[in-house]
Amino acid sequence: MLAHVFETAGLSTVVFASIRNLVERIKPPRSLYCEFPLGRPLGDPNDPAFQTRTLMAGFELLKEPAGPVLVDYPERARTAVTEAVSCPLPPRYDPDLPKSIDEMRGLRPAFDRAAENGTGLYVNFDLLEPGLAALERIEAGTPWTEADLPAPLHEVTLSIRNYYDQAALALADHIPGARSSETWFAQQTQTGELIHKTQKIIRDSGAEEMHWFYMLPPNQHRIPRL
Amino acid sequence: MGEANFDAEIRTALANFPVPELEGQPFVIPKPLSECRVALVTSAGLHKPEVDRFKSLDQSYRELSEPFESLVMSQGSQNFDRSGFMQDRNVVFPIDRLHELADQGVIGSVAKKHYSFMGAIFEFSTIQQDSGPACAKQLIEDGTDVVLLTPV
Repeated sequence: MLAHVFETAGLSTVVFASIRNLVERIKPPRSLYCEFPLGRPLGDPNDPAFQTRTLMAGFELLKEPAGPVLVDYPERARTAVTEAVSCPLPPRYDPDLPKSIDEMRGLRPAFDRAAENGTGLYVNFDLLEPGLAALERIEAGTPWTEADLPAPLHEVTLSIRNYYDQAALALADHIPGARSSETWFAQQTQTGELIHKTQKIIRDSGAEEMHWFYMLPPNQHRIPRL
Repeated sequence: MGEANFDAEIRTALANFPVPELEGQPFVIPKPLSECRVALVTSAGLHKPEVDRFKSLDQSYRELSEPFESLVMSQGSQNFDRSGFMQDRNVVFPIDRLHELADQGVIGSVAKKHYSFMGAIFEFSTIQQDSGPACAKQLIEDGTDVVLLTPV
């Protein structure tokens, strides 16, 4: 829709589209449909030649005399969606702390190393430990509405997930494929396990779906939608 | 649901996603690419670390200008991979590739100002009537001819 607004204002546009069905129906002036992993509209990270080829295929559409133009880009990304990335987890450091908080603290050096790269995900550090402490209370039996969550559940879990996703980049023993760091978080970490358990507890308590659904990516859920 | 099939599930699910009705079919033919000033606009929810993050269902936009070394992604959608961006901003914001193409004379120049909106919204009227046209005005003031849109 932005393409339509911009073109109405006098700009020429090219959309690097990831969802073919949407551009078929919205009909932007020029679309290059690239079937890459969602979230990677230019294709593979750290592959300038691949990215430039994709860009040049988009620029080609500017030569068309009339639109809407929708072209399927034939190349596929080299880094497909993969299973969990392999990351070593920190050893237990402070046995007096809940496992999730101990693990989260232990990952801080990795998070900081990954952050040196510059680009990153949004993390509200004020939500991490208070959020995990609240989730631990929920797992221990406190009703989720009385667990003193520092923010809405989806905000708390977004910052926790983003923190782990970023730390995973510094820990991975190879270049992670799409979604592999979030799979690692959901399937192999103490905190991921805690979120699975509390998500089920909150769901089973009768909470509306909007409260628990966004705690983890839907493909990682162990519980069905209501 | 396996990880490898999740993208396909989302692509299928969005077949039923309602899209806005748009009037007309504007189509602006640009001057030769080697004379065009090119800007990037993404829906990845990017911003500079010092500005306000995107909130849920946010229809506003953020300006992206030099330096680009510390962009933050604050979109909350769980339906797309973020690790590609963390490894290389050019996966969603190919600013380095554009500068290379400008140095080679393939494109005329790279705009000074680029912009990010946030996807994963279900209501678009503000973008359609307010923030979208405002962003277009800023792009034109910067001398932009061509906008590359990189939705995630």
